[in-house]
Amino acid sequence: MSEFRTEPIVFPTGRPDQFNPPEQLRSLRNERPVTPMTYPDGHVGWLVTGYAAARAVLADPRFSSRRELLRIPVDHPLAQESRRPAEPGLFIRMDPPNHTRYRKLLTAQFTVRRMKQLEPRIEEITAERLDAMEKAGPTQDLVREFALPIPSLVICELLGVPYADRAEFQRATAVLINRESTLEEIRTTFAGVTEFLIGLIARKRAEPTDDLLSGLVSGGELTDEELGNIGFILLAAGHETTANMLGLGTFALLRHPEQLAALRADPSLIDNTVEELMRYLSIIRLGPLRAALEDVELEGELIRAGDAVTISVPAVNRDPARFDDPERLDVTRPAGGHLSFGHGVHQCLGQQLARVEMRIAFPMLFDRFPELRLAVPAEEVPMRDTMSIYGVHSLPVRW
Amino acid sequence: MKVQTDRHRCIGAGMCALTVPEVFDQDEEDGTVVLLDAEPPPARQAAVQRAERLCPSGAISVLLGDD
Repeated sequence: MSEFRTEPIVFPTGRPDQFNPPEQLRSLRNERPVTPMTYPDGHVGWLVTGYAAARAVLADPRFSSRRELLRIPVDHPLAQESRRPAEPGLFIRMDPPNHTRYRKLLTAQFTVRRMKQLEPRIEEITAERLDAMEKAGPTQDLVREFALPIPSLVICELLGVPYADRAEFQRATAVLINRESTLEEIRTTFAGVTEFLIGLIARKRAEPTDDLLSGLVSGGELTDEELGNIGFILLAAGHETTANMLGLGTFALLRHPEQLAALRADPSLIDNTVEELMRYLSIIRLGPLRAALEDVELEGELIRAGDAVTISVPAVNRDPARFDDPERLDVTRPAGGHLSFGHGVHQCLGQQLARVEMRIAFPMLFDRFPELRLAVPAEEVPMRDTMSIYGVHSLPVRW
Repeated sequence: MKVQTDRHRCIGAGMCALTVPEVFDQDEEDGTVVLLDAEPPPARQAAVQRAERLCPSGAISVLLGDD
């Protein structure tokens, strides 16, 4: 019967304000949580906005992550050239058993225990950034001085990017995440980073040090091409995501002073605050993406083999069937179970690192600057509206 | 309450070790689940069930008995 209902939608964009996702997502979730959607190439696939359906898709091996099968729900300059099998090592766009082989080589590096061991070093890095900010004061861009460099320095250290190369590396990252960058600039920078990684791998092979990349090199199971691609994924994922959570998360707390006050009053709320910020802000705005390998029935809809599926993280994380009063930021609510790190075999490899970074960085920032506030009117804070990872381009603050 | 884990299904996300470190750990070599306590006390039931729900790969099963 659903065939007779409505025309396929297009991917909802736009937003009512800086913290809330497109309003259409709410009505879609209420009326048809698995809904037909037209992709830019004319393909009719699906958009999933309900929590239970999203979890079901992400846990189901009949939904593939193979890159050649996926479709991006918005116009994208790389849309066509990305519809081919993932290069060796790009495991996030593979299915088991290929995905499993790479993932298992990496999981030991990202365990809860290993990430906790990094805490003192992350505290040092954060303190150094805060010192620099305070010295440069009294008005600074929190993204440039804090939110971006902390995850950048941490992932460089974890991978074993030498100190002398980090400035260059941060410059490259800035190009890759800047909305003003042209496709040509992105391609050139991407090639530069790849070349840099190949050189770094050669150096690690000649002179292993005590870091992740050296460990992978000396393990001997991976080719240089695989190592380069894995290194690239880890660097990119380690930067963009946590950096945007730190920037947007600080903005959200400054705009919800009663929530910040609750956290200041009870520092033990930080672990839950991090989960709630991840749920409420849902910075992953494009995907996860999947494609059906066979016909699957889901919530009364028939998803056919070959159909593209897009999950809306902001929609599922505000599903009232899963979270009470979901439109409200509440650092005391049980926020665990959000799908911001995904679900299923592809769930974020670096999630425990991201948690440790946020659990350290937010409290240290608010402790250092008890009077932290925006240096511009809130509506002037530039939002990353056209990026697949939401956030703020900059966040001018004073203290 | 009895807990079972499947290291072949496990993808090493670490949610169980984060949620109930008294019951779950991760292997040093490959990051997959290590079951520390297959019959945790009833006081841990809620947390163990939370870990079961949070596990992204369905590698944890909790069997509730009469204990």
